[in-house]
Amino acid sequence: MAQYLILIYADERDWSALSPEESAAVYAQYEAFGTRNAAAIRGGSELSPTTTATSIRSDEDGAYLVTDGPFVETKEALGGYYLIDVESLDEAIAVAKQVPVGAGGVEVRPLVEHGA
Amino acid sequence: MPGSAVRDALAEAHRHEWAFVLAAAVRVTRDLDLAEECVQDAYAKAVVAWSEQGVPARPGAWLTTAARNRAVDLIRRESIARRSLPLLIVESAASIGHDLDEDIFGDDRLRLIFTCCHPTLSAPARVALTLRLVCGVTTAEIARSFLVSDPTMAARITRAKKKIAAAHIPYRIPAADELPARTDAVLDVIHQLFTTGHTAPTGAQLVRNDLTTQALDLARMLRALLPGNREVIGLLALILLSVARADERLAPDGTLKLLADQDRTRWDAGAIAEGTALVRESLRDGPPGRYALLAAINAVHDEAPAWEDTDWPQIVGLYDHLLRIWPTPVVELNRAVAIRFAYGPAAGLVALDRLADDPRLATYPYLAATRADCFRDLGRHTEARPLYEQAILLTGNDVERAFLKERLQQLSR
Repeated sequence: MAQYLILIYADERDWSALSPEESAAVYAQYEAFGTRNAAAIRGGSELSPTTTATSIRSDEDGAYLVTDGPFVETKEALGGYYLIDVESLDEAIAVAKQVPVGAGGVEVRPLVEHGA
Repeated sequence: MPGSAVRDALAEAHRHEWAFVLAAAVRVTRDLDLAEECVQDAYAKAVVAWSEQGVPARPGAWLTTAARNRAVDLIRRESIARRSLPLLIVESAASIGHDLDEDIFGDDRLRLIFTCCHPTLSAPARVALTLRLVCGVTTAEIARSFLVSDPTMAARITRAKKKIAAAHIPYRIPAADELPARTDAVLDVIHQLFTTGHTAPTGAQLVRNDLTTQALDLARMLRALLPGNREVIGLLALILLSVARADERLAPDGTLKLLADQDRTRWDAGAIAEGTALVRESLRDGPPGRYALLAAINAVHDEAPAWEDTDWPQIVGLYDHLLRIWPTPVVELNRAVAIRFAYGPAAGLVALDRLADDPRLATYPYLAATRADCFRDLGRHTEARPLYEQAILLTGNDVERAFLKERLQQLSR
């Protein structure tokens, strides 16, 4: 078995523009996705918007620079993730295709395995 | 120094057995690099063993056994170190160290091909990996074929292999519902190899016989492995019917020889007979696919006793059909060329007008060249001139450029 992170990218403005009914409908889709793929899913969550993010970087003196916001401004931002455990990339893609991401997209990244 | 019989047998085994031997070794190693090492070792051992004991009755089986024995050996020795490496997902675990019977492993070439042509690999990586692993072409040779440096090609192949291992691209034949799309991806790779070889996009040579030969071998292999697939049959037919004319495409002085000027008695009659029989097979039992139609178009050319006998209206009809299932500007351009010969240059120009502003053809030399030809045939040389000049700028192939310059010079001032 192999583990993958499914990274969900979407436009945050689209998400925040939804009415309560519309966002409830999207949550229902995600819930259905979670139920359908429960055997593969090991974890996951929606992330709060990038406006709530804090970036931390250390300089060469070892001092930390803590700033508000993400490192880069892009149209599509990481909005959530799933950790899945499946047989191979083909199965991971089959699960990722079902993520109800709408106009956004998902990225599938294998986790590095250290030892067995 | 091996004798000529051994050298021939090795060359033959390299061309026809490489994929078989490697695929069998992968079953044991579950690691592409290690499997390649074992196959190279088996071929090296064969040079010595065959020279001393003669060429075995079944060279492929001999090489497979040698490669697998080497693999079992290496794995036993390295078993502790290997535990930390991501291994290929092989459908059923190989029974390492047990009776290495042929039947346990069977023919794994399809698994190897589908892995090399997996859609999550980049298109150039799929082509390179297929040449390296399925055809056994060296990285240096692949780099030369695609006019990139050795380190660039080596990096491309290494990156692809790493992705296969780290992302767990499975080493298996796709499930039934995925099989058609995945087979199309394999056919794409073979077709791309063939078209790159048929008219090299850049460089001094018009045809790269090494690539067309690899494409033909791959199409034959796929035909044997997926016998019922009509598009596989269509692609094999297309390659055969094009290769049949390959030697006549260049004049002895190295200049381009048009279809109209070729000596048809020098075309390869055997390849044409095999190709046309396959076209018929690919067109039976259902709507034709794109390769079957492309092959049928080539069959019409190959079966015409002379250029004047070419059945252009039938070719237009075949392109009409092709355009419906494969609506690309290049297909539309080729259809316009057929219209030019079927119904005259004025009709050809009308068909080409629709494409004149298509951005997807903006850098495609054949659009300008074809429009130039139509204007030339109509005696409108002032309109033809800038179009030939444009085509000369756009083509990267030296032979084609020389031909277009000749055409330009022939225009009246």
